[in-house]
Amino acid sequence: MEDMLFYDRLQFAFTITFHYIFPQLTMGLSLMIVYFKWKFLKTKIEKYNNAAKFFMKIFAINFTMGVVTGIPMEFQFGTNWAKFSELTGGIIGQTLAMEGMFSFFLESSFLALFIFGEKLMGQKLHFLTGFLVFLGSWASGWFILATNAWMQHPVGYEILDNGKYVLENFSALFTNPWLLPAFLHNQMASVVTSAFVMASIGAFYILRDKHSEYGHLFLKTGVIFGLISSVLVAFPTGDWNAKNVAKYQPGTFAAMEGIFETEEAGAEIVLIGQPNMVEKKLDNKIAVPNILSFLTYQEWHRQIPGMDQFKKEDLPDNIPALYYSYHIMVGLGTIFIAVMALALFFLWRKKLYTIKSLLWTIMFLVPFPYIANITGWYTAELGRQPYLVYGLLRTSDGVSPTVSSGNTLFTLLGFVALYLLLGLLFLILVGKTINEGPTPKPH
Amino acid sequence: MELFWYIAIGIVLTVFFVLDGYDFGAGIIHLFFAKTEKDKEVITKSAGLFWDSNEVWLVAAGGMLFMAFPTFYASVFSGFYLPLIIVLWLIIFRAIGLEFRGQFKYDMWKAIWDKSFGLSSLLLALFFGIALGNIVRGVNLGSVENGVSVHEEHYFFLPLWNSSFSPLTDHPGVIDWFTIIIGVIAVVTLAIHGANWIILKTNSSINLKLKGVIFKLNIVLAVLTVFSLYVWQLVNPTSLDNFIHKPYLMVFPIIYLIGVIGLFFIKKIKKDGHAFMLSTLIIVGGITSSLASLFPVILPSINNVNGHLTIYNTSASTYGLSVAMIWGIIGFSLLLVYFIVQKRLTAGKIDHMDYGH
Repeated sequence: MEDMLFYDRLQFAFTITFHYIFPQLTMGLSLMIVYFKWKFLKTKIEKYNNAAKFFMKIFAINFTMGVVTGIPMEFQFGTNWAKFSELTGGIIGQTLAMEGMFSFFLESSFLALFIFGEKLMGQKLHFLTGFLVFLGSWASGWFILATNAWMQHPVGYEILDNGKYVLENFSALFTNPWLLPAFLHNQMASVVTSAFVMASIGAFYILRDKHSEYGHLFLKTGVIFGLISSVLVAFPTGDWNAKNVAKYQPGTFAAMEGIFETEEAGAEIVLIGQPNMVEKKLDNKIAVPNILSFLTYQEWHRQIPGMDQFKKEDLPDNIPALYYSYHIMVGLGTIFIAVMALALFFLWRKKLYTIKSLLWTIMFLVPFPYIANITGWYTAELGRQPYLVYGLLRTSDGVSPTVSSGNTLFTLLGFVALYLLLGLLFLILVGKTINEGPTPKPH
Repeated sequence: MELFWYIAIGIVLTVFFVLDGYDFGAGIIHLFFAKTEKDKEVITKSAGLFWDSNEVWLVAAGGMLFMAFPTFYASVFSGFYLPLIIVLWLIIFRAIGLEFRGQFKYDMWKAIWDKSFGLSSLLLALFFGIALGNIVRGVNLGSVENGVSVHEEHYFFLPLWNSSFSPLTDHPGVIDWFTIIIGVIAVVTLAIHGANWIILKTNSSINLKLKGVIFKLNIVLAVLTVFSLYVWQLVNPTSLDNFIHKPYLMVFPIIYLIGVIGLFFIKKIKKDGHAFMLSTLIIVGGITSSLASLFPVILPSINNVNGHLTIYNTSASTYGLSVAMIWGIIGFSLLLVYFIVQKRLTAGKIDHMDYGH
């Protein structure tokens, strides 16, 4: 039983981690493509149109990857988490089905139109199709976050005698106080990823002295979008989420902040330290007193409950992993703001395109927003443990009763092998597209 | 309310098999009949342009099933764990083949992805047929051993096969001689459908030859259909009851028959679109007849301990289903609009259409 739970969780974690590499780029990128297309409509400068079409190519590759790795996500609710699906399907099935029906269809149909239909439709309609792709991908995020919000903070439900969760109030699913902050935070984080990808491609073109006209455009756009979104990820959206965790999941809050013992006179904020689960303390801790109380409640001496106030079986089961995920996300987010602010400063001084060290830095920073996005999700998901539906349904009670651990390990190994291949091909393909550059080929 | 969602999901699933069916079929034809590079390229394109917008129907069906019949979704997806995951892998392999083939101009590169596209299309068609076979045959619900349920009454687990390969034992596997027959019928049907699609949408050099292929495959299909009706009775003796009690349900098998009979005249049919419509009728008729023969059961139990899964004992709450009907109707209308716009934009032969990347 223990084994089974472990492999089921590992398989879901692995497949969702790999899947989320792709949507985080497409959501942010669709916004930036709409921006380029709008710029082109306004200025009639061909460069902007080529930029929009170039990034739609990269979008399309990512979208394909997102589709083929996304179908297994939907299926795995049933295959590996049958009991969870049976009990809560009447509720989360709503938002998941709406995602498929409204946003996924919208995105995929209009993506095809955007790619094939420019000549046929004229520029204004072409802009509209791009906008609908953006709308579809963000609506997709909205429905998935609504699903996750319900698991983090269940609302609008009733539990029957047989343990089933039935929907009592449909609109509550979308007015869930967890949803809006989580959605905005997630969307801003996806803009960070796409802005860094764009800036990185720009820096690459400039350093290589190839397609440099586009290099300048991509770098500049990437830096501007990157700074705005990096700031918005932290404040107000990140702050808002942290306050929600403190309010609705206080045990999780203590664990992710690394507060083992409650301090009467206000909680410190931990910058560095390794959780020592045997002695229940942080090793090599560097912390600033009272800041956490202030950030969370705007009161210097407000008491924040530490992990000592909760029963072990109600706290997340992997506290170090949760703590590291959270701190990696926050640390990287801070670095993003610093680098992008520096880049914007030099852009303003008209020196950015010539400072090689900064260009190299921006180029090589590209994996880190992905890591920040994924550790952010780990924070949310590890933080919700040991529950699937916070406070109500334990993760161990949600697995498929008839699927043995041997079968799950078999499919996990298969997914690992297949996704390794998929990842390699993806890199080759994106590399090829970037190498060819945005200048249209003469037909 | 259950009935509304049953029909809605039935329609979405049927649309999925009609649409993705032609690109599976194109893959099967590609595997066996495409010889020149030009034909291979254009057949790949006839599937590659459309597969992802076709597969959104599968995602929609999955989501709707989850929402409307959570108990059925949980039972079937965990019970058919292995074949379902294998289907997911095949879907990924096929997509890679379609998307990556044209990226480099090396012969060996193309050869790899041609095989990947063709073989995974063939296996997917086979597996979808086998899935249908499993549904009509039924499973050992509750995993009953010696008259006692090992699991809750709606859970089960099927191995890929057991040593006897027989559907008539107490513990059948996913693959037995009955489900294989249904699987082969699916492969033949989709091959015909795919060939019709290729003739309709491309100017490939094998178009003329494919009409002969369709004719021969159609003979095979007719023979298999008659044979399958006989074994179907062995496996599920009550499968004709619904048609006897509600004769109007006969419309579904008749749709199937019209398709099969019509395709015998493939060489005389002037409009390629008409031939494609006939193979569409076969798919529609085949799926709806199978569903109608079971209704309202959606997964029969083969033991005497636990009852069948029906649309009534696996559904979500009435309130949930009613709210979902409101957004479902809006969603359906939107789907229809997207679909029509897309089809109009890609009307005609696709030989010279840009692949996009």
